[in-house]
Amino acid sequence: MDNNGCLPCTRREGFPAGLRVLVVDDDPTWLKILEKMLKKCSYQVTTCCLATEALKKLRERKDAFDIVISDVNMPDMNGFKLLEHVGLEMDLPVIMMSVDGETSRVMKGVQHGACDYLLKPIRMKELRNIWQHVLRKRIHEGREFESLEGFDFEGIHHLMRNGQDQCCDDVSLFALEDCISSTRKRKDTDNKHDEREFGDSSSTKKARVVWSVDLHQKFVQAVNQIGFDKVGPKKILDLMNVPWLTRENVASHLQKYRLYLSRLQKQRDQKKCSSSGIKNPDLNPKDPGSSSIKNSMNKQQNVVSIDGFRCPNNGLVQLHESDFTVSELNKTEQRRALATNNIIPDPNMTKVSQIVLNQTFSPLNSEGNIEVFDCTIPTQYTWNQVPKRKLQDDPKSQSIASMVSSPSAASSIASSAVDNIIPVQSKSLMVNDQSSVTSNPGLKTQEFDASLIPDLEFYQQNLLWGGEAAFSPLEEDLNFFLLQSECYNDMNFGMHSIDMSDYYYDPGLIADVPNHLLYDSADYSVVDQSLFIA
Amino acid sequence: MERSQPRRQVAAMKQSLFDQGLLDEQFIQLEELSDDANPNFVEEIVTLYYRDSSRLISSIEQALKERHTLDFNKLDTLMHQFKGSSSSIGAKKVKAECTLFREYCRTGNAEGCMKTFQQLKKEYASLRKKLEAYFQLARQAGPMETACRPK
Repeated sequence: MDNNGCLPCTRREGFPAGLRVLVVDDDPTWLKILEKMLKKCSYQVTTCCLATEALKKLRERKDAFDIVISDVNMPDMNGFKLLEHVGLEMDLPVIMMSVDGETSRVMKGVQHGACDYLLKPIRMKELRNIWQHVLRKRIHEGREFESLEGFDFEGIHHLMRNGQDQCCDDVSLFALEDCISSTRKRKDTDNKHDEREFGDSSSTKKARVVWSVDLHQKFVQAVNQIGFDKVGPKKILDLMNVPWLTRENVASHLQKYRLYLSRLQKQRDQKKCSSSGIKNPDLNPKDPGSSSIKNSMNKQQNVVSIDGFRCPNNGLVQLHESDFTVSELNKTEQRRALATNNIIPDPNMTKVSQIVLNQTFSPLNSEGNIEVFDCTIPTQYTWNQVPKRKLQDDPKSQSIASMVSSPSAASSIASSAVDNIIPVQSKSLMVNDQSSVTSNPGLKTQEFDASLIPDLEFYQQNLLWGGEAAFSPLEEDLNFFLLQSECYNDMNFGMHSIDMSDYYYDPGLIADVPNHLLYDSADYSVVDQSLFIA
Repeated sequence: MERSQPRRQVAAMKQSLFDQGLLDEQFIQLEELSDDANPNFVEEIVTLYYRDSSRLISSIEQALKERHTLDFNKLDTLMHQFKGSSSSIGAKKVKAECTLFREYCRTGNAEGCMKTFQQLKKEYASLRKKLEAYFQLARQAGPMETACRPK
């Protein structure tokens, strides 16, 4: 796979040499054979005869391995269970092995997430090719820090470790994992929509840009220079002055960056804010006085989080009723819904949103995590921090996803990166101010539970996956797309012509909140490294 | 001429093991893994196999002692492990017996299990002897060329 002519990492002999493999098998004979075989492939091998030991090793150093090969039958832990753990916690490709090649077993392996199932006795040629799973996973996950020429993990991990020391370890790692898992989810969704690949339409064919630390630093500097609230991929690209870098590369990188930052901020906010569930009266959505601020907040958030966001599927979710059953909304569905290729707003969307909105609030309420309502908007607001939320299988996420279907929910989601309050505001704003919007009958802003907010981030993340929208302006959907379109300063959106956009876009307001938007570059340098490395 | 004689003997012996259906392709694979770091890699593996599998054999034997109340699931699990192990050295006939044994487990045929196990033990022991003889000859013959595939 060609590397797009960018930053070759030549510290190793050519990939896949040096691939770090963890082999888990209770049979010592096979363990020895596999070790030998893998060494012959020039891989770096670590062996384990116990699944528990393997997990321990994996957890100790999250990035110590590139791929795991495990036997299915082990005394201390079922191989499938190990597979699940590895997939969830480390998100590494796992290959299963067994002497038993029964279809049901193989199927089970695949269902549990194995990227391959090898039958014993295993041939050298089978092992030689395991690197494809590593590569494939990375490409699909959009791991931009990957080096195609060789896994230069020493440098990157070193940096990451440093980053973790300075920053919050958990946060960095989490953000990293978020990135990985979110992109993985993205990939899953895309698999259901064959028409387009996530990212560029040709992303799968295009070589991956290697976002080395240096490159990322340049990126961050450019962003800082431009001012986070005004940042856009074109501007960044110009400033960075890296000839081989394309606007698309920058755009997707920016998106991830934002997600990461907001995720970071969210974590900070969670620590700061009490979770007593107090609803700040000032944030009453119906309060016109605060609406402008919120508006600008929304706007800015939109700008921040969505600017540069490329909608790979060329559109936001086209939600279908069938996709949503509140109680059953699962991750798959929401991903699918979110990553639909078709941008064109669908009247169904409104309907669904209504239904969903009405229903989702209660489950969310029960989860009760009302945060940030105590926090005032200004302090909360950090633009550059776009939430990067790990997609989790939890009902909240599902509710949020369903919320997305509603235009207002969408807008609020879009707007609230970090500030939990914001989504409420924006949402209610939409409700209050867009009388022309007929799609919010189900929207009960009063019921807008703060607990939803954290999930909005999640949703936002999903939203960001949407593609550049070729909006056909259905009114109810305008809200949803509106904010998105406003943010695409650099992009040509048909939505610009929509006059509702004026309502949302108020540069003056944005200027009012500059300080809060500018991220603390000190934080980010560390954070950046943590996130975008390995 | 002198040196090639033992080598030809070794090759012939190996060929015969294959002809008898005692070994399969895996054995060749193991030979191909031999290198300077592990010149007697195959022998090491076979030794390891016999050492490790002997405890499995005992476990199965133990489990089979419950003549009339065989725990077929347990037996199947043990045999599965044993089969996996045997596949590592390419013990073809032994593997076949394992498969047969598991089939009897599946159908709950105690008699079949016992008979098959006896046969399995025989094959297992016989192969061990032959391989020992083979390795001895091979050591005498000196380092072999890269594994020659049996016809």
